[in-house]
Amino acid sequence: MSGLTDRACVTGVGETAYLRGSTRSAFELQVEASLAAIADAGLAPRDIDGVIPIGIVSGIAEDFIDNFAIEDLHFSAVIPHGGASPVMALQAAASVIASGICRHVLIAFGRNVSASANKAGARIHQMPQFHYVTEFEHPLGNSAPAQIYAPMARRHMEIYGTTVEHFGAVAVACREHARLNERAIMKKPITLEDHRNSRMIADPFRLLDCSLESDGGAAVVVSAAEAGRDAPRPRVLISGVATGHPDSPASITQRPDMTSLGLAKAAPRAFRMAGVTQADIEVAEIYDCFTYAVIRQLEDMGFCAKGEGGPFVADGRLRLGGALPTNTHGGLLSQAHVWGLNHIVELVRQLRGEAGAAQVANARLGLVTGYGDLGDGALAIMRRG
Amino acid sequence: MSSAPPRPAPPESALSAPYWEGLAQGELRLQACAHCGTLRHYPRLLCTACFREGVIWRVASGRGRIHSWTVAHYAYHPAFGAELPYTLVTVDLDEGPRALGRWHGGELALGLRVRARVEVKDGVPTLGFEPQPG
Repeated sequence: MSGLTDRACVTGVGETAYLRGSTRSAFELQVEASLAAIADAGLAPRDIDGVIPIGIVSGIAEDFIDNFAIEDLHFSAVIPHGGASPVMALQAAASVIASGICRHVLIAFGRNVSASANKAGARIHQMPQFHYVTEFEHPLGNSAPAQIYAPMARRHMEIYGTTVEHFGAVAVACREHARLNERAIMKKPITLEDHRNSRMIADPFRLLDCSLESDGGAAVVVSAAEAGRDAPRPRVLISGVATGHPDSPASITQRPDMTSLGLAKAAPRAFRMAGVTQADIEVAEIYDCFTYAVIRQLEDMGFCAKGEGGPFVADGRLRLGGALPTNTHGGLLSQAHVWGLNHIVELVRQLRGEAGAAQVANARLGLVTGYGDLGDGALAIMRRG
Repeated sequence: MSSAPPRPAPPESALSAPYWEGLAQGELRLQACAHCGTLRHYPRLLCTACFREGVIWRVASGRGRIHSWTVAHYAYHPAFGAELPYTLVTVDLDEGPRALGRWHGGELALGLRVRARVEVKDGVPTLGFEPQPG
């Protein structure tokens, strides 16, 4: 337990449609999702007194003040850790709420990657945290996350015997769940064979190991725990939250153990804060930029020993009905890629009992992870309260 | 069909200019602390052991062992499209730090002994590795 345990809760979640080829800007998508989350929380836009915009082409705090007619914004922050930022923002929001600075903090993301200047091989080089990659690796043709992360997965395979089928089990579970989700982009069923036969992108990553390039927005409102009692929907408390950075955070090449992520440092702190163990978790939303990242994070969170993540995900454990239903919305692999804010939205829906056909029966405790840039990590453990 | 754009060049950086000058001459240079001698790579401001500024550049042997690798089958920058597939290797240099380079060899395995081989492509010094004979 700590000063943050159960002091803040998610009261509102919102999403846009997810698609490819959106004609709306990242900011328009961000605002659309924000208004949906604020309405879900039973609030008016001007009730927001803290804002954490997520993303590299995001609206800034001033834009939210202007558009929402916020009279007195008490807090804003920018968290520059890619896909770890949304869950890291839960930590920041809970902190400023527990300390009495804010009552309702908006965390919002929007992206339009259909614009040609914003492709995967180009946009990371606009981000200062990739400066070593841009200087020393991009000139060699190590240009995009699939290539940059692949050596981590290759080494895991060589040392621990992790297989293509293990990666495939993650892809298949996410796709099965996406088929139950009305917002998911990818609906066509896939098999392990389809996964193995998909074209190679950056060995060992095949096409079906890679997350989607998609446009959309997602947002959540984090409120003071007592304010959550007045919200129209059941409040979902943030029981434990922690962030961590890997050794050599700006270079995987130079990382002493490239099969360990920042989450390995964060997870024990988050579980301790929440006062629960891995066995208590009923549903998990795990950042799945690549299939391998799910396997690695399961190990880093202590769901299995190091090197055993491959066998752990086999045999349907991650599927609905399995021992650890994971990415029940389809994840970044099959629902949409909005930096994992959709994972927070899905966990809240699960814990409210609003997850529809993908509902994990009576789920009351779950977790959501973030993975950013070159392995920054974050974990939030949440419960219906 | 239009010709491919040039490969991306490293941005200018006073911190690492000696690295690139060395590589252009076929040398793999590493920062050594001017005070305690600790090597560090990629280039950074402070020594990781004594947290002081001040650098002496040392020429590494270029020899090391394979730590991991990937084979690129998709070009995320158009300059590399004509080179597909190409292999990138992560190498544990005998001096301690790691290096990333293009692979000029056959089958790979963890621990395989390699040595550096530098080429200049589109005016960009390009670090590579090949199997170490013997």
